[in-house]
Amino acid sequence: MTGIRLELRAQCPWWLNILLPLTAVGATLVLCSGLVVLAGADILTAYSKLFLSSLSTAFNRVETLVKAAPLVFTGLAVTVAFRAKFWNIGAEGQLLAGAMAAAFIGARPGLPAWSLVPLMIAGGALAGSAWALVPAVLKTRYKVDDVVTTLLLNFVLFYAMMALLDGPWKDPLSGYPDSPDIRMESEFPILLRATRLHLGVLLAALAAAGVWLLLRHTTLGFEIDAVGENPNAARYAGINLTAVILFTAAVSGALAGLAGVGEVAGIHFQVMAGLSPGYGYTGIVIAMLARLNPVGVVPAAVFFAIIITGAEAMSRATGVPVFLADVIQGMALVTMLAALMLTQYRIRWNRPEHA
Amino acid sequence: MESPNLLEMRGIAKRFGAVQASDGVDLTLKCGDILGLLGENGAGKTTLMNILFGVYAADAGRIAIDGRTISIHSSADALAHGIGMVHQHFHLVPRLTVLENLMVGQSGRGWRLDRGFALGRMREIERSLGLRLPPDARVGDLTIGEQQRLEIIKALIRGARILILDEPTAALTPQEAEGLFIALRAMAEQRMGVIFISHKLHEILAVTTRVVIMQQGRVVAETANDDTVSKKRLAEWMTGHEITPPSKVSTTPGRVRLRIENMQTRGGVRPSLKGVCLEVRGGEILGIAGVSGNGQAELADVIAGVLPASGGTLEINGTAVSRFTPGVVQALEVGRIPEDRMGTGLVTSLPLRNCMVLSRIRERRFSRWGFLKHRAIGDFADQQIRSFGIKAAGNHVATGTLSGGNLQKALLARELAWEPTLLLAAQPTRGLDIAAARFVHQRFLDLRGRDGAIVLISEDLEEIFALSDRIAVMFEGRIMDVLDIQAATVAKIGLLMAGVREAA
Repeated sequence: MTGIRLELRAQCPWWLNILLPLTAVGATLVLCSGLVVLAGADILTAYSKLFLSSLSTAFNRVETLVKAAPLVFTGLAVTVAFRAKFWNIGAEGQLLAGAMAAAFIGARPGLPAWSLVPLMIAGGALAGSAWALVPAVLKTRYKVDDVVTTLLLNFVLFYAMMALLDGPWKDPLSGYPDSPDIRMESEFPILLRATRLHLGVLLAALAAAGVWLLLRHTTLGFEIDAVGENPNAARYAGINLTAVILFTAAVSGALAGLAGVGEVAGIHFQVMAGLSPGYGYTGIVIAMLARLNPVGVVPAAVFFAIIITGAEAMSRATGVPVFLADVIQGMALVTMLAALMLTQYRIRWNRPEHA
Repeated sequence: MESPNLLEMRGIAKRFGAVQASDGVDLTLKCGDILGLLGENGAGKTTLMNILFGVYAADAGRIAIDGRTISIHSSADALAHGIGMVHQHFHLVPRLTVLENLMVGQSGRGWRLDRGFALGRMREIERSLGLRLPPDARVGDLTIGEQQRLEIIKALIRGARILILDEPTAALTPQEAEGLFIALRAMAEQRMGVIFISHKLHEILAVTTRVVIMQQGRVVAETANDDTVSKKRLAEWMTGHEITPPSKVSTTPGRVRLRIENMQTRGGVRPSLKGVCLEVRGGEILGIAGVSGNGQAELADVIAGVLPASGGTLEINGTAVSRFTPGVVQALEVGRIPEDRMGTGLVTSLPLRNCMVLSRIRERRFSRWGFLKHRAIGDFADQQIRSFGIKAAGNHVATGTLSGGNLQKALLARELAWEPTLLLAAQPTRGLDIAAARFVHQRFLDLRGRDGAIVLISEDLEEIFALSDRIAVMFEGRIMDVLDIQAATVAKIGLLMAGVREAA
């Protein structure tokens, strides 16, 4: 009789942290190739278009970075929250809250021009924090499940936003359900001429460094890990669980909010229905691929930015629908979760009987 | 002609990473044997039994039952071959009845559970072995001793002829343990085989027919349990050197470290305290004896500031505690060795260095302006690892990879580093081998010698008697009595533990 069984590992070797995401991505591509074939395209052509087109020209490379910025923010937001086992599935809603605050502040005529960008950044971060604190307070005070509340509040915020955009906040000039454009002075400065490389991209890189610093080098990061890994031991050791969870939620929400600020101030200059094509949810996949390591979030976000930007080119060249990018995202989460099991267990093959 | 051995394990080897947990072990069990398996933590007893019970696959070796080689890939295989195991932690469903628990996982007739069959088998076991339980009682209402009996019956109903018991007496009263021994002897008479793992040498001497001693994955000694065997010899075989008992010098009680008056808690899921009064002074160890679940854990949690009291007063080092938080209590120089090391003491998935400073991370020594001083934390962890002799590959290893004894040392290293004046210790040596337990006891006595007070909650009466100056017995949320160590006897304490107060 042969078969496989799982055995608990004593320790997880360091190289697994790099190997696992690569394995997961590889498995994802193999699994998704069936869909490429169904769409009637050649697998290699489709995948080479998907990955290489976004890196082919300098302009495309910059565009990929621009696309990666909100993903870095939401990936970091999820990373911080998940480290404390605050299951924030609500980065999408917090992103929209930040975007709405930024669009509102950025369009105020009465404010001095120099104050607009800082106020939008601060306002967007605060709005994201506030929206994330709602489920955090419900969790710490009333023990309401955070997965459910964070997820459902995304829809509450989205439809509230749409109601505003269809009513009092509708752009009077266009008549579309979009908010009025922000002022010229509110737009993020461009860092590279003739591209869309805006201040938000730099902020995302700084945020990654900041979150690394927080988690690796501060007492709060130390406490976040302790609370996440064993809340009982943390509580017995005198750590204030409520304070740590509320702080984590606030930071997580602020990061997601900044993703929204960047999209408004750097790309769209207004809020509208299609502002976020699910950046908040992609952030979860990114955080998992990065194994909740803020440094890993950056390459993981760039990887998804490549796929998202490359999907258009692939679709034009081979006829494979752009939705393949979404399938890859979803599948990557599944394969990564499966792969994560290997950090705790090793696979043993039962050898055939020896007499 | 001699019949083949009931169980034979030959050349069993198992490696975990760099550790050879089992290194060519031979073990033989004859019908009617009660085999005592002794060894320090990490000697490989549990690994060996887990291989036998199908939890791990051995790297090499052969297992035979009745002379026939078998292969065991899972616990189900083990059960099919007549091997049953009773773990330290029970696998029962508290909301179901005794009989229902026995039927869980049993194949019935079609979709229906076969109540009659289980009941019949239960009666048979009761007749032949004297293991009696009310079939319709809810398991959650049973005592620990009864739940253990149920685990044994469960193994027997599934056809076990070889029964492995992993530290079966850890949570029993002396009287319950005696009851267990009677049942084990009855099984031996029925030509079954029992493997009995314990750290308590007097039990090994009392109940086993043969003793196997393991050290570092190997069998180092094997002997029949006859008159030549003594506790002292067993201890020396286990550790490889002579064991000296801890020296307990007399102290004069100092100032009052802890005063509790009429302490009450609301019950609910956990047992409630119903008016506990206690006083402990510096230089004194107060032992708290009792069967688990009589409020000892709750008493410790109240003093630790985790569980709020609903009435009564708590005074630590002269300060009345009104806000129950662990931080407040820690500031009053209280150290704590919790019963559940992995659950409430340490964070097993984090590096050892983090666990070493878990409760003190905000002190100036380890952080400034909210930033960690990694160097200071690492140096401190290394220093504690050295001075407590913790076996770990470094301060970066995940805490959970340490063995039970080393986990306990790590916890002690953390809590004693701050010279607490009051130490709460719950089951501090449960599951520890002799050397590790001695080490813990010596540290307690050191603290006592420095005018510290210790509240020692333990289900191990030998430990209570060895260390305590006074012994309090808890029963159903109350202190039954407090006896001076000179006046206390095991029989007296045992009765009090069962809730019986001697007539005056």
